[in-house]
Amino acid sequence: MPADNTSASSARSESAWVRWTLIGGALLFLALFLLLPLVVVFAEALRRGVDAYWTALTEPDAVAAIQLTLTVAAIAVPANLLFGVAASWCIAKFDFRGKNLLITLIDLPFSVSPVVSGLIYVLLFGMNGLFGPYLRSHGIQIIFAVPGLVLATIFVTFPFVARELIPLMEEQGSDEEEAALVLGASGWQTFWRVTIPNIKWGLLYGVLLCNARAMGEFGAVSVVSGHIRGETNTMPLHVEILYNEYNFVAAFAVASLLAMLALVTLVVKSALEWRFGDELAATRH
Amino acid sequence: MTVINAPATALRQPFFKKPSILPGFGLTLGFTLSYLGVLVLLPLAALVVKAGGLGWVGFWTAVTSPRVLAAFQVSFGLSFVAALVNAVFGFLVAWVLVRYDFPGRRLVDALVDLPFALPTAVAGIALSALYAPNGWVGKPLNDLFGLKVAFTPIGIAVALTFIGLPFVVRTVQPILQDLPPEEEEAAASLGASRLQTFFSVIMPALLPALVTGFALSFARGVGEYGSVIFIAGNMPGLTEILPLLIVIKLEQYDYVGSAAVGTAMLLVSFLMLLVLNLLQQWMRSRHAR
Repeated sequence: MPADNTSASSARSESAWVRWTLIGGALLFLALFLLLPLVVVFAEALRRGVDAYWTALTEPDAVAAIQLTLTVAAIAVPANLLFGVAASWCIAKFDFRGKNLLITLIDLPFSVSPVVSGLIYVLLFGMNGLFGPYLRSHGIQIIFAVPGLVLATIFVTFPFVARELIPLMEEQGSDEEEAALVLGASGWQTFWRVTIPNIKWGLLYGVLLCNARAMGEFGAVSVVSGHIRGETNTMPLHVEILYNEYNFVAAFAVASLLAMLALVTLVVKSALEWRFGDELAATRH
Repeated sequence: MTVINAPATALRQPFFKKPSILPGFGLTLGFTLSYLGVLVLLPLAALVVKAGGLGWVGFWTAVTSPRVLAAFQVSFGLSFVAALVNAVFGFLVAWVLVRYDFPGRRLVDALVDLPFALPTAVAGIALSALYAPNGWVGKPLNDLFGLKVAFTPIGIAVALTFIGLPFVVRTVQPILQDLPPEEEEAAASLGASRLQTFFSVIMPALLPALVTGFALSFARGVGEYGSVIFIAGNMPGLTEILPLLIVIKLEQYDYVGSAAVGTAMLLVSFLMLLVLNLLQQWMRSRHAR
């Protein structure tokens, strides 16, 4: 068969110079569009030295922004994790009418502009919103406060966990769960000891992507935040304010933290794909 | 026992569901529907209700004012340009990643997802620093060609290209990977040149995926906000995108106006979703053959 192999590979490949021109073109494009923006963030952040960088990250408003971002993600991500598991359990393990419609609706937030995702909560809970008068008379503030930030973040990160788990659980079927139940396990035992071990890497994958978006979201939270310094500014919003004040070093310093988050996300994501690729839905087709 | 119980269990199932011995259907479906209803469907309905307060004529007047129309043109036109650029270069990147081996291929493969992972505001300030008249890329472009990128429509296209690139690569890549080698070999053995094989064997098989990637990139571009506003310059009628117009109207307390534009954008998203579903069906039918 060696003769066949060489003819097959030459039929499917280009001459060396075409190959290297294409590789060169692709790499040049990626360097220009992906790598340079990443590099410039760190270069600008460190332009005035490490001290200025450190000062920018430790001033009270920056610390407050970091804390707020962590708080919002700490509420939004578990909420969507719980939802994702529940939704994929009922969609993947059962057959019922209207299933496809339900899947489409779960994916819906991905096709809505981030700004519209914020706008809808302003129209619902803002001063002139549908529930505005009721909320005001009860002294509850949602818009321009933390609850609004959490709601907007939940909306934009809504499908991440579900859309990773649904195809994975559908592919795994429910034979193992049925076996456990027939052998006398309770529903919860089956879930914790059979289902969760089967989906754990997919779960982590979904949570990882969900968290990256939750901490980095800008458009949606920008609309509901009100931009009160030290109070309702998440990290991306703090970056915007500093940038618009021409405080570039500080803006890029805070941005560099978010860029590091993105890099860590990419590394863990790739590691999961390489190591557990066959236990993830995203890498199978 | 089980045999006797089976029909009884089947009878207790809701009418719209096939029987199963697994528990938790009611609980999980109930939770899913309430969570979805309260957090997604109700707020989206509020948007449409608010815009509906204008009536048909009012709504039409609001979304066809010159400033809104200009923003539509900017958002759609430049998203289209960016999606075209991505279709070409995203295809190239997917091709190189699947077909060739070179040092650092895995690293490059991982880097392609950067626009998904990098917060849009960070991408926005990074791109505007790069392409500003004194930036690393902006300065040479300005000095050599007199080309201004930041604060012009070209800048918006650059940001939308950045944001949309992974969509094309990640849609084309798996299809290219699964392309059966036999067809190409057959074409070659029947005397087709490599270029002929590419255009009459490979391209037709990849076209649905490429169009889907284009549409995803386009749809993302129309709604994009964070990465664009820093580099755009935001001049009404020239570099003002639709999402920014919503924010401006909201800041002017024009809730109904922003709801109208938001509803128009939502309708467009629904339309895109429909088109994408049809494209995916097309892709699947092609892929199955």
